[in-house]
Amino acid sequence: MTDPDRTDRAADRPSSDLMKRETAVEKARQKTAALALEFGKAWEYAPAPETPDHVKLEERYQLFIGGKWMPPKSGKYFDTVSPSTEQTLAQVAEGNAEDVDRAVKAARHAYDKYWGKMRGAERAKYVFRIARALQEKARELAIVETMDGGKPIKESRDVDIPLASAHFFYNAGWADKLDYAFHGRKVRPLGVAGQVIPWNFPLLMAAWKIAPAIACGNTVVLKPAETTPLTALLLAQIIEEAELPPGVVNIVTGAGETGAALVGHPDVNKVAFTGSTDVGKKIQRAIAGSGKRLTLELGGKAANIVFADAPLDQAVEGIVGGIYFNQGHVCCAGSRLLVEESVHDIVVRKLKDRMATLRLGDPLDKNTDVGAINSRAQLERIKELVLSGEREGAERFSAPCELPSKGFWFPPTFFTNASQSCRIAREEIFGPVLTIMTFRTPDEAIEKANNTMYGLSAGIWTDKGSKIFHVATRLQAGVIWANTYNKFDPSSPFGGYKESGFGREGGRQGLAAYLEVQ
Amino acid sequence: MPLFSAPAVNAVAVEERAAALAKRSIKKGAKVAGLKLSISMMDLTTLEGKDTAGKVRQMCRKAVTPMDSDPTLPSCAAVCVYPNFVTIAKAALEGSAVKVASVATAFPSGQSPIAVKLDDVRRAVEFGADEIDMVIDRGAMLSGDYAKVFDEIAATKEACGPAHLKVILETGELGSYDVVRKASDLAIAAGADFIKTSTGKIQPAATPPVTLVMLEAIRDHFYQTGVRIGMKPAGGVRTAKQALHYLVIVKETLGDAWLTPDLFRFGASALLNDVLMQLEKERTGNYQASEDFSKD
Repeated sequence: MTDPDRTDRAADRPSSDLMKRETAVEKARQKTAALALEFGKAWEYAPAPETPDHVKLEERYQLFIGGKWMPPKSGKYFDTVSPSTEQTLAQVAEGNAEDVDRAVKAARHAYDKYWGKMRGAERAKYVFRIARALQEKARELAIVETMDGGKPIKESRDVDIPLASAHFFYNAGWADKLDYAFHGRKVRPLGVAGQVIPWNFPLLMAAWKIAPAIACGNTVVLKPAETTPLTALLLAQIIEEAELPPGVVNIVTGAGETGAALVGHPDVNKVAFTGSTDVGKKIQRAIAGSGKRLTLELGGKAANIVFADAPLDQAVEGIVGGIYFNQGHVCCAGSRLLVEESVHDIVVRKLKDRMATLRLGDPLDKNTDVGAINSRAQLERIKELVLSGEREGAERFSAPCELPSKGFWFPPTFFTNASQSCRIAREEIFGPVLTIMTFRTPDEAIEKANNTMYGLSAGIWTDKGSKIFHVATRLQAGVIWANTYNKFDPSSPFGGYKESGFGREGGRQGLAAYLEVQ
Repeated sequence: MPLFSAPAVNAVAVEERAAALAKRSIKKGAKVAGLKLSISMMDLTTLEGKDTAGKVRQMCRKAVTPMDSDPTLPSCAAVCVYPNFVTIAKAALEGSAVKVASVATAFPSGQSPIAVKLDDVRRAVEFGADEIDMVIDRGAMLSGDYAKVFDEIAATKEACGPAHLKVILETGELGSYDVVRKASDLAIAAGADFIKTSTGKIQPAATPPVTLVMLEAIRDHFYQTGVRIGMKPAGGVRTAKQALHYLVIVKETLGDAWLTPDLFRFGASALLNDVLMQLEKERTGNYQASEDFSKD
């Protein structure tokens, strides 16, 4: 024990028995603290890769505008690369302002001519058809998602694709019931929605955006992220096969400029953006005064709060799932662990042992837990922030896993001895890096949890129901999980406070973003 | 009543974790190695009113040589019988490394006076049992008389002498993971060498989440003392696939040290033939008829 007060008090005692006992207890504690579980090769799993043989990617993908596949006006194409192998998977069209204009015109035409006038029950049929097709092609979509984005196949198979399908099912169900969604108030669609989505959940984000928009009677121009455009293009094929009227959904691939052209287009009625807070602010500035409706779902730096009375083994699972799911490329990731000081050491010890079992590697292997970092640029950003954490004096621990020689990789990592002022505690890392800090009382936990510019999500771990409600009502976060983390459902609204954005996606609240409620 | 508390368990999250571990894909070499390992961890069991010397002898032979046609297969870890058959099993297993485990303490209910239960244990050990599988007093556990549960286990441990003690919690009667965790901690503190889920007489018997909760108790004990306690899921483990799932749970909760018959056992009667069938399938590429495997 290094606590000087304690040694002094023991020395003052008349009897030395207690002192001896304390020394013995301390010795035993040190001895047991050094005991480690071994997670080695006693019974190693054989490789279990999902085979991509039956997946047929085209060499070159065009823009999907007005129900047709069109070459870009620029004539330019860019490569989309697998982040786990650095191999080029396909070439994708680079849409420019002219292409965006064509797409918005097609969407406007579809809105005026068919979709805006169609009865909800008719629209629902199309949306249900998309939902079912996603289920039917789930395996192919999961494989492509994993190849293009680097996430483990078990996540794309069990989370991304089923949830994407669920969002279409859920919103299809609303299409003919919108008049009853807002207590007797009449609703009508907004018109053309311009949607820009990120690279962390490519197909799922497309579903979050497209499903409510078209179920509510709007038409859509969607721009997928430039590093992960493939599943959105496969979705375009599905939409084509589902025989939606031409122009209801348009997909224009490209980078930042394409997105800027889309949100800046004068004939877009509604802008929906998921991505970084910096870009979100630019969008808000760019469209100010235009009358366009806007929802922003931006960054996060969520506090995952573990109280001493929590079921600790399950909390450790929640910590791991909170930050290492999808390599931490999750806007609502539990990237700040606030742990009650009295259980800090045991939680860290359990976390280390748990991390020793994380399997990093080939994302197509069904046993892989941690896949590749989405892009070289993102890997550089993670490395830069981790370096800043080391420089600021926080203590780094990285899981003992071997990194493949090709591709973009970062081991699951956490920092202890960090404080609220560290960059790693304030800035969104968007990678598999957790910052651990301690608190003493519930009030202190709440204060620290809210001490951020973000407010997207939070987690609370305690065995006390009353404490859950006490803390949850005081946290400034759009989504709060209790004794679980990263749970999503189409019926549950999702969105942020403060610089994490505004507007909600999912649930009845998510419909409101695509309707004029009169 | 002494104050006694154990860590809380969140049921939803435990079940989720156990289910997630069932998704590990165990193929090819890993499957064969895992199945052979699981044979070496089996306590081949018969605990019926209609047990006879003939039945026990046949089972013993199967435990030593699970399948004549494949000499690379390991023997089972033990046979598990009632005290009356310990002598017979001991004789039948002579010269092999297969141990004899005997249930005792008024198995399966445990609802007899402590003197009778301890006598049951002493006699089984005298007959030659290497391992004793006792049952806890679930009534005492559920009524909060933890001292009684503890004292009975401690007394049974003493009565075991050199024999190893497995403490059956009968988790199917305990009602919640919190009580399972509490009973696990009690049993470990009172001197259990192994903790075991079930008698096989009550449904549900062993389940993956219950096993996970017990492994977590074992892990915390290891963290605190460095002592490794063993684990035995029993009852309800019937298929090779289930056995591999349990091995995955052990591997990813406690690590390499527990992947041995010294610290992990399966209590089962029907499991062995399914494991043999899967091994034959891996060896030959085809599934064999169930009649191709001896039903001892």
